[in-house]
Amino acid sequence: MPDFLQNLLTNYYETAAVILFGIGFTTLLMHRNLIKKIVGLNFMDSAVYLFLASKGYIAGRLAPIITDGDSDPSKYVNPIPTGLVLTGIVVSVSVTAFLLALTCRLYDRFHTLDIDEITHLARKERD
Amino acid sequence: MRNDGAFARLVRFVEDGTFQEESFTLSPAEKAALDTDTPENRWLTSVQHSEKPVGARLMSWFADKGFDLFNNLYRIASVFICVTLIGVLLTVVSFLPAFGSADNPAVNEVVERYVSRSIEETGTTNAVAGMISAYRGFDTLGEAHVLFVAACSVIILLRVDPSERKHGRLLNPDLLGEDLDFEPNTDLILRKAAKLLVPLSFIFGLYVILNGTSSPGGGFSGGALMGAGLILSSTAFGFKRTERFFGDEMYHVVKTACLTVYALLMAYFIFMGANGFEDHVWLGVPGGIVSGGLILPINAAVGFEVACTMYCFYALFRKGGL
Amino acid sequence: MELVQNFPFLTIVFSLTCGVFCAVLKARTAKRLCLCWLTLTTVMSLAVLVYTMRTNGYYVYRMGKWNAPWGNEIRVGILEALMASVFSGVMLLSLLGGMHHIFADCEPEKANLYFTMCSLLMSSLFALIYTNDLFTAYVFVEINTIASCALVMLKSSARTLVATTRYLIMSLLGSGLFLLGIVTLYGITGELLMESIAEKVREIFASGAYSLPLTVIIGLFSVGLAVKSALFPFHSWLPDAHGNATASSSAILSGLVLKGYIIVLIKIFYRVFGLDVIVAKQVSQFLFLFGVCAMIFGSVGAIRERDLKRMLAYSSVAQVGYIYVGIGLHSRLGMVAACVQIIAHAITKPMLFIAAGGFIDVSGGHKSMSALTGAGRRDPLGGVAFTVGALSMIGIPFFAGFVTKLHLTQGALESGAATMTVALAAIAVSTLLNALYYVPVIFNIFSGRESGEYKGLRVRWRADYAFSLVCFIALNIGFGSFSRIVVGVIRRGLELFGM
Repeated sequence: MPDFLQNLLTNYYETAAVILFGIGFTTLLMHRNLIKKIVGLNFMDSAVYLFLASKGYIAGRLAPIITDGDSDPSKYVNPIPTGLVLTGIVVSVSVTAFLLALTCRLYDRFHTLDIDEITHLARKERD
Repeated sequence: MRNDGAFARLVRFVEDGTFQEESFTLSPAEKAALDTDTPENRWLTSVQHSEKPVGARLMSWFADKGFDLFNNLYRIASVFICVTLIGVLLTVVSFLPAFGSADNPAVNEVVERYVSRSIEETGTTNAVAGMISAYRGFDTLGEAHVLFVAACSVIILLRVDPSERKHGRLLNPDLLGEDLDFEPNTDLILRKAAKLLVPLSFIFGLYVILNGTSSPGGGFSGGALMGAGLILSSTAFGFKRTERFFGDEMYHVVKTACLTVYALLMAYFIFMGANGFEDHVWLGVPGGIVSGGLILPINAAVGFEVACTMYCFYALFRKGGL
Repeated sequence: MELVQNFPFLTIVFSLTCGVFCAVLKARTAKRLCLCWLTLTTVMSLAVLVYTMRTNGYYVYRMGKWNAPWGNEIRVGILEALMASVFSGVMLLSLLGGMHHIFADCEPEKANLYFTMCSLLMSSLFALIYTNDLFTAYVFVEINTIASCALVMLKSSARTLVATTRYLIMSLLGSGLFLLGIVTLYGITGELLMESIAEKVREIFASGAYSLPLTVIIGLFSVGLAVKSALFPFHSWLPDAHGNATASSSAILSGLVLKGYIIVLIKIFYRVFGLDVIVAKQVSQFLFLFGVCAMIFGSVGAIRERDLKRMLAYSSVAQVGYIYVGIGLHSRLGMVAACVQIIAHAITKPMLFIAAGGFIDVSGGHKSMSALTGAGRRDPLGGVAFTVGALSMIGIPFFAGFVTKLHLTQGALESGAATMTVALAAIAVSTLLNALYYVPVIFNIFSGRESGEYKGLRVRWRADYAFSLVCFIALNIGFGSFSRIVVGVIRRGLELFGM
């Protein structure tokens, strides 16, 4: 058990990321309000990016921008996670915009953000 | 009863997901009419109640209770799932290699090559730019198209035909709320600040795009800055003024041109590389603006695409079209 | 390097560009562009298939100047080329079959975006089939998700909006878990390329380190992709999404999109983790059990449904169950059955959805069974196609569905006693249940007791609709009768796949 806690403390970035992921997941699952669900999704995404970014960090090294022509790999942190996070952020922005647009349309139509109520109302409505 | 401030209403809007329940159930007048104890009403209400047979009422009662039961079960199950998930993931984290250590498995020969040979192979001093646009350029091509496909989806959902666009995005003016009251008409502070900041954000955006190969930045971040400039300008000076130089057609032209140029450059690069041909791209001077070979034009294309998409999102949400 | 070898990469990249162009063209022009391009991709994929068959192997195509661990790459083998050809052909036929619905259901000035979404979807499906890199898979999974949700909501109605929201939220939950899986795997192996990860995973597995993280990662991948491909407990979004979309969308989503995710899962299982790890971690047992449940409960859901399209959607849940049972048998025969089922379902379900679209046309736009009485008489070609599809789903010999059941049974007979009993029982029960809901529909659509309202209605002759249905019927019966050839190709493909 002390080992477990010790490891969690060492990996404190990952620990925080995982807890954030859990919070996002819980928000997504438990709330019926669409805006809150979207916030939960964004939490989840951000948590994964934090997790990923922490994978690239190496203590005491510089950002991977080569200065003065010194391209010794042992001086710079890992550039891969940074690039992946960038990709991930763009995906997350796109998805959030899409979901918010859907929410707008649903709100225009049903005047509520409660997904269960919306589903209920939509079932009653005939196409 | 619910005529308190706009902020309180916004809070409630976010909290329980409803704005004004009355508006779509019964208006207060109707309610009052039903509440008054006239013989007509009594008859009406009794008919309403007796219309359903006992069986159906029982069924609906069970349906309601069943729904509640399901909801409770669902909540308990979700709490359980969430707690388990966090627990499991925390245990996984405790097994992972230590944070920040140089000998964790992610630091391998791939990373070494990205850093040590970035200058000679891609011509960039920014190893991240070299990695996302050259080494793993295919992923980034996909990423630019994720943004495109999302923009198209938002257009499908929110675009309103200009002829019908009287009250912004919403076709029903009753739902508009106080949005229009906050429309900045002649907000002096906003305009003065925008006059200063809009050109600045454009220049800074361009700077970030152009220097993406040698310093932090690149197409996505620079594009986001320029998009912010566009959004700020349309907030401060109204859409009319932005429309003069950036309308629907301009958006389509810029977006199509950027994505096509990007795809063609990438296709050329991949085709030549995969078939082992020399691609005759001058890599430029590492550290300078003209460096990185194809990365600079790719950054520019991505930058303009991102800028338009950001503005497109804003304009669609705000008024239902560019 | 020969020119043919460039085709997979060209199909991926130029499908994206085709989508970009469709977004600015008029709907009719966009339609032509998209159809021409899909024809071309089908031909190109077939050429790749012939090439890989002739050279009897697979090749790795690097996406750029750098070899695998540094750059991106795609891997093209027999199985991949086969899937790509089938998918792109089915996409073309589904679009053709539902073309008039697309123009009727979408808002006129947004109809061109339908073809944008189709092109992008096709591109992402190609990428998912060919990719050899986990992060590329993630990026294209996202394109796939957004494009497929857009296909649902392009038919603008309250129900599709709600269905899209549910679909999107579930899909994004799946993507989140999938991404977390990739990231954690990257954390312990430091690689993104499938082969390199496989190597590292083998080392890690042999050394016994990271035992729990490995299990959790496999779980994250499985759950994430199972949510997206509507495996049994996570299927709640599917009937709404597939049942309310326009005919082509339902066809494409049921026939292709679900399979795209399953192909990624198969790749992850066999090319990233390897059979040993999967068996040791006992994931396949779970998939097997859920697959069996899906076969039964999907069919039960379909029996209860009175709305034809929703019934077909529930049937997709059951059919996806077959694929997972095949994967869950974790034997070569099981995998053959899974691949056969991917193809069989991809050529059967779109036909059913398109025929259903035809029936709805001749029944005043109603989808309920009672309104569709006699629809097969009013739309004879649709009736024949639906009958062929339904018989195939039930598993009558000489139709595509039978081939799956045959191979699945063979796979089950080879496995352990308990698995065998459960699998055989599930196949038997599911066949019975399939018959229980498809046969009444066949009787219903050919029944002479038409309600007077639509009695005189005759379907308008549409060349694209007829062409699509005739092709689907031919494909189905062809596959059912000459399955040996296709199964032979699949077997050879799987050998190269590392099975």
